[in-house]
Amino acid sequence: MIALAGEIAIGIIIVLGSIVSLISAFGLIRLPDVYLRSHAATKSATLGILLILLGAFLYFLIYMDHFSLKLLLGIAFVFLTSPIAGHLNGRAAYRTGVALWKNSVRHDLEQASLQGNNEKK
Amino acid sequence: MIDTFLTAALVILAISALGCLYRLLKGPSVPDRVAALDSIGILLISITALVCVLFRTTAYLDIVLVIGILSFIGTTAFARFIERGEVIEYGDDRTGR
Repeated sequence: MIALAGEIAIGIIIVLGSIVSLISAFGLIRLPDVYLRSHAATKSATLGILLILLGAFLYFLIYMDHFSLKLLLGIAFVFLTSPIAGHLNGRAAYRTGVALWKNSVRHDLEQASLQGNNEKK
Repeated sequence: MIDTFLTAALVILAISALGCLYRLLKGPSVPDRVAALDSIGILLISITALVCVLFRTTAYLDIVLVIGILSFIGTTAFARFIERGEVIEYGDDRTGR
């Protein structure tokens, strides 16, 4: 009975992670802009993979007596690299002049680049 | 019991990979496509872990790490290529090009 309850708990964790990944994919489709899309693609995908790998780790630990360090390393690695990849991608998009969404209300980097041009003159 | 949850999660992950594929094919700019590729890589990591649990084997757990590293390196290389037109720079010696 306890084993069944544990399986159901792990299954709920895993399904929750996959639902978060699905929300991330919806954001990737629906949001209007590269920068907003990278928000959806980076953060919620990281949370989804955290939940899924945690569920797999708990299953291997409890039911197969296998302490899988590789899954923990995978979680740590995704947590380290996913924001860096999102940042690099966003910077590449901005520097190659991908336009912001037309309804964006703030554009701080535009002010900064204008000031930089004035100082050069 | 857990197989039901695993199958449901795999189906949901496949649907989200299809969504990312839509953005990869349609995306108006190149960084859109790169972000979609990064998302597909992360989804592949989770699919591999779930297949591991489904088959009750630990043989595929290395693939989780390998796909993670390769996806990050691929995204970084794409971003540098978009930004500067080359992936590896050769220090300050610009005379060679």
